[in-house]
Amino acid sequence: MSTSAGKETAFNAEFEKSISASDQPDWVKEIRREAFADFVEQGFPTVRDEEWKYTNVAAIAKADWTTASGIVDAGLVDLERDIFDEIGGGNRIVFVDGVFCGDISVLPEGITALHFSEAYDDEAFRENFSKIADPRKNGFTALNTAFTGEGIFLSAEKNSKVEEAVNLVFIGLSESAGFPRILYVGDTGSEAELVEHYLRVEEEAYLTNAVVEIRLADEARLVHTRVQRESHAAFHIVTSQTELGRGSVYDNTNIHLGGKLSRHDLGMGFNAEGAEGWIDGLYLVDEDQHTDTHSRIDHRIPNCVSHQTYKGILDGKSRAVFNGKVFVHEKARGTDAYQQNKNLLLSNDARVDTKPQLEIFNDDVKCAHGATVGQLEEEELFYLLSRGLNEDLARNLLTYGFAEEVINKIKVASIKKALDEAVLNRLHARLDA
Amino acid sequence: MLLEIKDLYVAIDGKNILKGLNLKIDKGEVHAIMGPNGSGKSTLAKVLAGHPSYEVVKGEILYEGKDLLELDPDERAREGVFMAFQYPVEVPGVSNSQFLRLAYNEKMKHLGGEELDPLEFNDLLKEKAKLVEMDPEFFKRSVNEGFSGGEKKRNEILQMAVLDPKLALLDETDSGLDIDALRIVAEGVNQLKSEENAIVLVTHYQRLLNYIVPDFVHVLAGGKIVKEGGKELALELEEKGYDWVRAAAQ
Repeated sequence: MSTSAGKETAFNAEFEKSISASDQPDWVKEIRREAFADFVEQGFPTVRDEEWKYTNVAAIAKADWTTASGIVDAGLVDLERDIFDEIGGGNRIVFVDGVFCGDISVLPEGITALHFSEAYDDEAFRENFSKIADPRKNGFTALNTAFTGEGIFLSAEKNSKVEEAVNLVFIGLSESAGFPRILYVGDTGSEAELVEHYLRVEEEAYLTNAVVEIRLADEARLVHTRVQRESHAAFHIVTSQTELGRGSVYDNTNIHLGGKLSRHDLGMGFNAEGAEGWIDGLYLVDEDQHTDTHSRIDHRIPNCVSHQTYKGILDGKSRAVFNGKVFVHEKARGTDAYQQNKNLLLSNDARVDTKPQLEIFNDDVKCAHGATVGQLEEEELFYLLSRGLNEDLARNLLTYGFAEEVINKIKVASIKKALDEAVLNRLHARLDA
Repeated sequence: MLLEIKDLYVAIDGKNILKGLNLKIDKGEVHAIMGPNGSGKSTLAKVLAGHPSYEVVKGEILYEGKDLLELDPDERAREGVFMAFQYPVEVPGVSNSQFLRLAYNEKMKHLGGEELDPLEFNDLLKEKAKLVEMDPEFFKRSVNEGFSGGEKKRNEILQMAVLDPKLALLDETDSGLDIDALRIVAEGVNQLKSEENAIVLVTHYQRLLNYIVPDFVHVLAGGKIVKEGGKELALELEEKGYDWVRAAAQ
């Protein structure tokens, strides 16, 4: 690792190598070149940037990253079987170090899943790729776009119902920078469920820098769950942006458990009336973990609903940042926007910086927001103790109770179980009444 | 002697609440602690259960001959002390049956008894729920979450039935109950009364004592017991109010 500043140019050689070896069409290469130029120009964000005030990514900026080759060692396939068992379900789209791996993937049924090199001629791909998440948003979004390789393009057909949840599995394997990328387009009236699993094999210090773009056409529905269980030495940076059509419904749950440093820039935009979006999350961090969620919800047109409940549980010296912006634009009468961030501190050394933010430019709306930071209530703890539960058990139960609202949104049994365990740790075995 | 309180002084936030309280309770007895608001009767129940906000400044509490103040609240519970809360706490995300089985098994583990698996425990719970006419539908619901005032109080008595305490402290269990709920709760308590346990009713009003008849009534004023008697004393208080006992105490 080098310590000089301005390491943006360190990606030059990797970028040139990647783009000259690429057989992508010129229009894709052009987007990549522009994104790289943009990355070089704006660089990695710093704490001087208002949006990154509490999250210092200098450790990422200073490191000498190599980009992943995406070649999977045959021996690793077995190692990963355990991981796949845990995920469950009949399908899995697997990325190793950010690169799609067809060999160990089992593509889902009832939905079109193309790796990008098969998708460049697809009309929906061309219309949406890099059009939903603006590469200029920040240096990471630009860098991911610049390193676009084999991402996955998912498209649900008009009025189709995809029966089984589509599993997207991102495995951090080696100490490298990975740039996974997903584009999901749900056509009119389609219904599907996506689950992103971010996992590690060992406690390696890798970088996941992902971009997830989603467009839902009129009346489309998507349940979208992200479960981030990266290495505790890893950096996890994700940009996701969802655009909603008329009457569409987006139900999103984000769980952050891993990562030394994790940052999620989450965007949702309403573009036609009658759409609804739920964006909920839980971050559970300990030791020196740092997690940051920045969300931005744009009510651009009338009569849409957005609900956001984010809960945080912090132990050790961990730190969490929550910044939620809801913009109700001038035309967006009849908006119903609700945003809440609640935090539970289990240690005196943990810290939360939370800032829910509503900006409303129309009077005919229903909006509420709030944030709390607190500790377990003495009265609640005493109640459980007075029934003979020991203190660890009592604290665990109350902590679980705090998180339960978000955890219970998760319908996939294997993830729910893993989460219950993470929250309740040793208690779990005795709670299955 | 099950419980013996000697010259007890208790303070909260530096303010003295109990000032020289003496009380003896034996198994098979029902005691009512009455008194005006602020007299310290709820404080007494909470101190016995081990609430951390209260500081015992002076005095002694012997429970089965041992120093109760040496025990943490959870240890007291496992040794058979139970307090039904005036304001039971909601525990979201944990079902009533999960919670009660945890509590039951913690106690059994401590006493060297048999721990129950979920199915066995459910049978026990169904049986006990009849005492307070509680629908088994409540077992699956989160502890006290969304319960009405009456349901919460019934749930407290259900917990008492499952945990089978030696010393049951009912802190204002009658408050906020309509007449039907009061009857159900009282009948539940009456059925749980035995020669092996003692029941202490902390209450402002005589109403509850029509249903659960006390052997002894103690009137608390200014942090100590100012008058003691049998069940007739409660009726006298109902009629005359608390002023005359307060006056008599001075």
